[in-house]
Parts: sequence; C-alpha cells; structure tokens
Amino acid sequence: MDITSFFTFMNIGLIIVGIVIAVGTYLVSVYNSLIVLKTRIQEALSGIDVQLKRRADLIPNIVETVKGYATHEKDVFENVTKARSALMNAGTVGQKAEADNMLTGALKSLFAVAENYPELKANTNFLDLQRQLEDTEDKVAYSRQFYNSNVLDFNSKIQMFPTVIIAKTFGFTTFEFFKAEKEDQKKVEVKF
Amino acid sequence: MTVYSQIAQNKIKTYIIFVVFILIFTGFFLIIGNAYGSPWPYALLGLTISLVSTVGSYFYSDSLVLKTTKARKAIKEEFFDLYTVVENLSLAAGLPTPKIYVMDDSSPNAFATGRNAKHAVVCATTGLLNILDRTELEGVIAHELSHIKNYDILVSTVTAVLVGTIALVADLIMRSFWFSSGGRDRNKNPITLVLLIAAIIITPIIATLIQLAVSRRREYLADASGVLITRYPEGLARALAKISSYPVGVKSATTSTAHLFISNPFKKNAAGSIMRSLFSTHPPAEKRIEILRRM
Repeated sequence: MDITSFFTFMNIGLIIVGIVIAVGTYLVSVYNSLIVLKTRIQEALSGIDVQLKRRADLIPNIVETVKGYATHEKDVFENVTKARSALMNAGTVGQKAEADNMLTGALKSLFAVAENYPELKANTNFLDLQRQLEDTEDKVAYSRQFYNSNVLDFNSKIQMFPTVIIAKTFGFTTFEFFKAEKEDQKKVEVKF
Repeated sequence: MTVYSQIAQNKIKTYIIFVVFILIFTGFFLIIGNAYGSPWPYALLGLTISLVSTVGSYFYSDSLVLKTTKARKAIKEEFFDLYTVVENLSLAAGLPTPKIYVMDDSSPNAFATGRNAKHAVVCATTGLLNILDRTELEGVIAHELSHIKNYDILVSTVTAVLVGTIALVADLIMRSFWFSSGGRDRNKNPITLVLLIAAIIITPIIATLIQLAVSRRREYLADASGVLITRYPEGLARALAKISSYPVGVKSATTSTAHLFISNPFKKNAAGSIMRSLFSTHPPAEKRIEILRRM
C-alpha cells in the first residue's frame, strides 16, 4: 500500500466515523425530546387527576346538604353517587373523561332540583359548595386544555417522518385525548 | 420565534443588562472620582455598589417592586375572581400558580414580576378588578402569565431595580454636588466639571434607553401568547380598551417601574404626541386592540 492510498483509506474511515457520530447524536436528541414530551403529558395528566379528586371529595358534602332539604329526590342522589364512584374507579384517560362528563350531567340535575327549594338556595353552606364545585369544574377544563395541547404536540411529532421511525423502534405510542362533553355540538332545542 | 428561543434570548439579555449596568455604573463613579481627584477609590465604590445591586436585583427584585408599588397579598375570600382566574389559567398554561397581589388604586392596571415561574408574582389594581368582567380579567391575567412563561419578568424587573438604583444615585450625587459647590474654594479642572455634569445628564438617558429596549415588542408577543391560553382575543381587547380609556394614572407607579405594567400607568398629558410615542414604554393601546381583533 503506497502512502496516497493509505490516506484515502483513512479519509473514508473518518467520513464513516463522522456519519455514525452524527446519526447517533441525532437519534439521542430525538429520543430525549420524545421522553421530555412524554413526561410533560404525564405531569399534565396528574394535574387533571388532582382536580378530579378535589371534585370527587366535594360531592358527599353537597349531596348531604341537598338531602337535608330535598328528601324525595332519591334518583338524583343515586346518579351523582354512581358517577362519583365511576370517576374514582376510572383507570384510563377515556374512562376518566367519560365518568367526569357523567358527573357533570348528574350535578346539573342536582342543581336543577335545588332550584325548587328556596330554603336550600338561601343556605350559605350550599352556595359555597356550589361555587367550589363550579370552580373545580373550570379547573378540570383548564387542565384538560393543557393536557390535550401536549398530547397534540406529542402525537403529531411521533407520526411525522423521520421521527416516526425512532418512535416505532422504541415503542412510543400515541396518547389518548381527554375528551370533553361535546355540548356545543348538540342541537339546541328552543322551547317557548 | 418559539417560546424556548424567547426564553434563551431573555436570559442572555439579562446578562447583557448586568454587564452594561456594571460598566456604566463603575464608569460613572470613575468620572465623579476624577472630579474629586481620587478616581480609583470611587471606581471601586461604584463597582461594589453595582455588583451588590445586580445580585440583589436578581434575588430580591420582586419584593422590591412590590414594596415600591405598595402592593399587598390578595386573600382568596376577598378576591375570589382574581384568585380563581389566576389559578385556572396557570393550569392551562402549565405553570405553578404565582403569588397573587393587589394594589389599592382606582386606576385599572396589572403587572407581573419575579425571576422565574417558581418565584413569580401577579399583581392587579383594585380598579382593574372593579371595571373588568371575568372574561376580560382572564385576558389580562393570561397576558401576565405569558410574561412569566417567557421570562420577560426577569428582564423587566431586573431593569426596574437597576434603573431605580441609577436614578437614586444620580439624584444623590447631584444634591451633594450642589450643596458642596457653595463656599469652599475649589481648584478643580473645568473639564472634569463638564464631565461630571455630562455624566449626571447622560446616565439617566442611558437608563431610559435600556428600559425602552426591554419593553414594547414583548407586549405584542405577550398579547398573542396570552390569547393562546384563553382562546378568546376579544376578552383582552375589551380589557385594553377599558384600561386605556380610564382618565387617571396609577399613583404609585414610577419611571423605573412603568414598563412592568400591562398598559402605560402614566396618562397622556398635553405634551407632543411624537415625543410621547418615541419615549413610551408601551405600544399604543389602539394598535394592540386592532391586532387582537384581527386574530
């Protein structure tokens, strides 16, 4: 081997090493950014859980308060209690979202019932609980917004080329959105 | 520009401001010292003061700003709407809930301060809480939260404290200079006297320029990213219209804290409008509203 071909050989070797390093660095950086996004989603989900738990904790109090005035509305109380235990036993994001929407519906009928009892509506304890429940409902909505926007980021990222290859290799899968009840898509009935 | 590059830019900007401040301040003292015939002890004094105030401005700027604006801690029972709006929007923005303060002032305005999201403060005047409804308040708070998220608060509060320091020292020197000039026989070089006067005039101007560099464009950015949190541009647009049409300014706002507020805390006076827009720390409210309404 003469000296020039030795250097060409060396150069090719260097180029190959360079490519391997570049590809390796790229893989590591993409993998790490996916991990960061994934952690952010899990954090956002636990943010929702905190609010859902707070909401579930308020339910027994409000049921007891309403029971004191409206003794004959058994169905309503049962629905609320059922929705609450469904929420507490929910495991997946989909189940949580479903149970939360069920609870919102049940609470709506509970407050509708309360409308018929003027003494209840004057009870400061009831009013305070109602306000706190509305506040947690808002908070669930806002944490859901944060969670969903992170899920959107992650899901679109792992489906795009070339990240999709890395995501498939390391088993990254899409996250489920926390779906809100699609109230505004329902038809509004106007009654006179 | 993404949020992350904006954060990086703001951190670099803070370092630059620190360095520029230390240089200006030490140079300023060097000139003064020269006028009194002992430049180096003075320069050392200037360096010490500027180092202490940069470190201090990083760690204590938020409490200093709250003190000069006479803000007090908001209690949840008393300011339920403000409290819950801040909590809710922090959840939506993925930020820890900042400390919540109020200023007893009838002029509607708000600001955010602190060095990062973990040490952040949001402050609103009682006037703001009185004239805005909940959606408008959400617009304002979302704007402030974006300042926190982008690290705008770091640059602007550090500037507030440093500009305040410059103003204070310039004022002190000016006074001592006028008092000592009478009576005693001084055989000073007239050139150093000219330098002294120039320093006294130039330093506040430089301070103002730093302040201008800090503000303006970031208000548009914070408006836009605030709307990303609330998804409702009209809320902030209506709030800005109400705030800018209020005739009286914020009493406890000073030139060193003016750029912190969401809307200029000083109200228009008869002075020329060109000069006003040239030296204003805030873009005109009409322009911001127009952009928001087009979103």
